[in-house]
Amino acid sequence: MPRLLASRRRIARFAVALLACATAASGAEIGQVKTVSGDVTIERAGASLPAKAGARLEAADIVRTGANGSAGITMSDSSLLSVGPNSVLALDTFSFDTTTHQGRFDATLSKGSLAVVSGKIAKQAPESMKVRTPASVLGVRGTEFVVLVDD
Amino acid sequence: MRHAGDLACVVALMLVAGCAWRTTTVVLLPESDGHKTALAVEDSRGEVVLDQPYAAVRRTPLATRPYQSSPDEVKATFGAALAAQPRREAMFTLHFAEGRDEISDESRAQLDAALADIAARAVKDVLVIGHTDRVGTDPVNDALARQRAETVRSELIRRGVAAENVQASGRGSRDPIVPTAAGVAEPRNRRVEIIVR
Repeated sequence: MPRLLASRRRIARFAVALLACATAASGAEIGQVKTVSGDVTIERAGASLPAKAGARLEAADIVRTGANGSAGITMSDSSLLSVGPNSVLALDTFSFDTTTHQGRFDATLSKGSLAVVSGKIAKQAPESMKVRTPASVLGVRGTEFVVLVDD
Repeated sequence: MRHAGDLACVVALMLVAGCAWRTTTVVLLPESDGHKTALAVEDSRGEVVLDQPYAAVRRTPLATRPYQSSPDEVKATFGAALAAQPRREAMFTLHFAEGRDEISDESRAQLDAALADIAARAVKDVLVIGHTDRVGTDPVNDALARQRAETVRSELIRRGVAAENVQASGRGSRDPIVPTAAGVAEPRNRRVEIIVR
């Protein structure tokens, strides 16, 4: 009987570990906030967190800056994205294989200003990275550009 | 009442189309290394390819118009975004004697340079990647590549880099600088790359 209990406990622990793994996979790190100035928040699953330098980013995060805000991000393929004041930047999808450098990166600037230096995903396959604005889609063939969305 | 209905209709249309009323401006910047560059900007009216530094396109609800921007205009409009840009990735390469994982004397200078670069960054993220040449089997080379990376990681930590900011991994002989046949000793491939970002 004690043996059975012990093995059940082991199974339970294994299940918890499995669950933790699954959670980690869904919230995999895709980049890191490197610079923050003024008001900057990260929206994740409906919640709004203040962005601090060093904060880890996940796919589907939205970075928002206030009238005095700006922020710089390094993605895990070494792409650099930085936004000026009154900006909304969504990191829609991101996947990156560190061995093959294949991946997919989609970001959307719905308002404000954005500076981009594309990284290893676009270098491996330019069509794998797209930056969208409300009316346009940018296909990356070089590496450095800036985008403004205003009224 | 009819006017109110019309007004509601117009407001609803504006809400639906709201996004498209915004203006998008895109400017291609020169590459920092001077390489050729290009950017394709596509909208409902077609595609504009920017292929010269400061070539730009502005899309308003009424028209899509290519034009030539300038360093001054970019500075005025994108100064804050560009000032927030993180430092670029830097890479330092350390070489190793055949089959060994000790850091050679000439590689010490590279290690010092990497430490200086790490110290200059406010938010530190360091990747240490070990490689081997093609002498030996894959399992042996995978272990050796990993060992080389761990040696360098330990050294970075010993010299003050926080352990949680340094990740080590090995690539075995899969990613050579100089491709060779199996069994060939190639010093340039026996290396550890320290990537700082």
